[in-house]
Amino acid sequence: MRGQSDDMVQLLTPDGTRVEHDEFRFDGTTEDLVGYLKDMILARRFDAEATALQRHGELGLWTPLIGQEAAQVGSAHALRPADVVFPSYREHAVAMVLGVPVTNMLSLFRGSNGGYWEKLDSFKNYQIVIGCQTLHATGYAMGLQLDGAVGNERDDDNAAVIVYHGDGAASQGDVNEAYVFAASYNAPVVFFCQNNQWAISEPIALQSRIPLYQRARGFGFPGVQVDGNDVLAVKAVTDWAMARARAGDGPAFIEAFTYRMGAHTTSDDPTKYRERADEEAWRGRDPIARLTTYLRGMGAIDDAWQDAVEAEAKEFGAAARAAIPTLEATTMERLFDTVYAEPTVALEAQRREYAEFAAALEEDA
Amino acid sequence: MSETLTMAKALNRGLRRALQADPKVLLAGEDIGKLGGVFRITEGLQAEFGENRVVDSPLAESGIIGTAVGLAMRGYRPVVEIQFDGFVFPGFSQIVTQVAKMHMRTGGHTAMPMVIRIPFGGGIGAIEHHSESPEAYFAHTPGLKVVACSNANDAYWMIQQAIQSDDPVVFLEPKRRYHVKGAVNFTARPAPMHQAQVSRYGTDATLLCYGPMVKTCLDAAAVAAEEGTSLEVVDLRTLSPLDWVTIESSARRTKRAIVVHEAPKTLGVGAEIAAKLHEDLFYVMESPVLRVAGYDMPYPPSRVEEEYLPGVDRILDAVDRSLAY
Repeated sequence: MRGQSDDMVQLLTPDGTRVEHDEFRFDGTTEDLVGYLKDMILARRFDAEATALQRHGELGLWTPLIGQEAAQVGSAHALRPADVVFPSYREHAVAMVLGVPVTNMLSLFRGSNGGYWEKLDSFKNYQIVIGCQTLHATGYAMGLQLDGAVGNERDDDNAAVIVYHGDGAASQGDVNEAYVFAASYNAPVVFFCQNNQWAISEPIALQSRIPLYQRARGFGFPGVQVDGNDVLAVKAVTDWAMARARAGDGPAFIEAFTYRMGAHTTSDDPTKYRERADEEAWRGRDPIARLTTYLRGMGAIDDAWQDAVEAEAKEFGAAARAAIPTLEATTMERLFDTVYAEPTVALEAQRREYAEFAAALEEDA
Repeated sequence: MSETLTMAKALNRGLRRALQADPKVLLAGEDIGKLGGVFRITEGLQAEFGENRVVDSPLAESGIIGTAVGLAMRGYRPVVEIQFDGFVFPGFSQIVTQVAKMHMRTGGHTAMPMVIRIPFGGGIGAIEHHSESPEAYFAHTPGLKVVACSNANDAYWMIQQAIQSDDPVVFLEPKRRYHVKGAVNFTARPAPMHQAQVSRYGTDATLLCYGPMVKTCLDAAAVAAEEGTSLEVVDLRTLSPLDWVTIESSARRTKRAIVVHEAPKTLGVGAEIAAKLHEDLFYVMESPVLRVAGYDMPYPPSRVEEEYLPGVDRILDAVDRSLAY
């Protein structure tokens, strides 16, 4: 694959063979892996369900994650409760692993509200403006540092930030500024870049002439390319990056080399700009298939397990579908209430204007 | 207790007091540490409060504002300095797409108690991009609050009020008045930040102005008084929200209003005030609301800036037209 480096960290090959790496080791158990596989299957099912909901007009838009399950599930499992996540807009599986209700994401894409999310203290709102969140994450990490939540002898007292962005975002000024600030202040932030090869229709070659992970060195912190479809390798590399950030060793950059198997969003049409053969080649590196092969080969899962998980996934999808009519749309009242933390007389006047107009309309009806 | 200070020194004292009062307040910006900022507004503060609270930033305005968003999320009250008005635009996306919207999009969960200090306006003979008046962009953006101080006393108090606000405040400092001295009363209770103030009472017409134009309008009112015309001068102080109570009560009394600002005329703060006065006081006003403003051109080279900027004569000419209507 173009852009794939010889140094790419891989612990499970596409055909499901376990390999070792000099520097990075997976220290989890087989039970952990079975759990990750289940997470990936549920995430893929939810993603398919949400895509279908958009097709049925229930969501205005959806950003499919298919293909990126290992990058997201593996990195999410490297996080601890005190760590904080700044997502872009495709981190559905990260959210699910962290126990963020999927109704949060469904509400956003349905247009029900702008992000009255549960668990906002640990998993921030989705970010639509490409790359803006990298600066927020860096600032937050600077705050952790000022609060003394980094580099303590007792590791439990430490925390760090992980921020997700894509290959397209790597061209944004904000993202490059975030790298500079993070390096200058030695902020405890991990930049987790899912290089899924495509920024809508633009290939990675248009964003970068060198593998993205190599850029990190120029900013003054380590960068690692990891097989983004290998959940073991992703977990191992993210563990390393988060641990050094928490310890006060500063930022790190992870390029998770993966592929966006679906469209950019439900409004996109990849047949216009990319080859089927390319997609097929990547289908052979599927994150779920390779872990399934591996775990079946060692006898950790069997048909009964797979059937049970499939049933659970189906149920999970059905629950997401069933939740749609329960998603409450915000109200103009609530919006007027929250434009400012401290209300203004001028906006109160507009609220009254709105209320009187709405009441008059109702009377006419 | 009162002391005569320049506006620059008054801002410095106000920032110092805010840093003393709340350990969550921190300052960030380019050259604000050892140097004390290019205008010396933060002079001595890093030495007193340390590098963690008065932070020199890399030269990246979006980075300064974007990291302040993250610090605010973490519970800090960042006060960022933009070195000159014309350099705020690299940070414009963060201000408009992130800072302004965060509170509403999170349903009130995440406030943005942040102050963005911007030295603004012309009249100092500067090179291009150093004399701009970008206030309308920010006043047009819901979710932001925008204020402008015009004298030392307001500078001292309003900067502290802005820092205490749980909303993001764009704090405009009239750079050509930085060295004008005025009495600062450290003990008298200040007016609320979002309140306009009558700087001079009059009966024939009202001049509505803010920031650097307040002094110009007061000068114009003094000249007019010699000619027998009594002008009221209202210092708006707050541009978002505008204080309609004070603005309209003055307009009701004088029945004639002229808005004065350095920013280009079209779709500026003056346009909003004129529209609102026509909506609310159509039968009260004796003449159309006039605007004396910068012309609709990019800010000119400094050798001709005095012809671009509203001055006493242009203001008095507008007063004559208003009275003759």
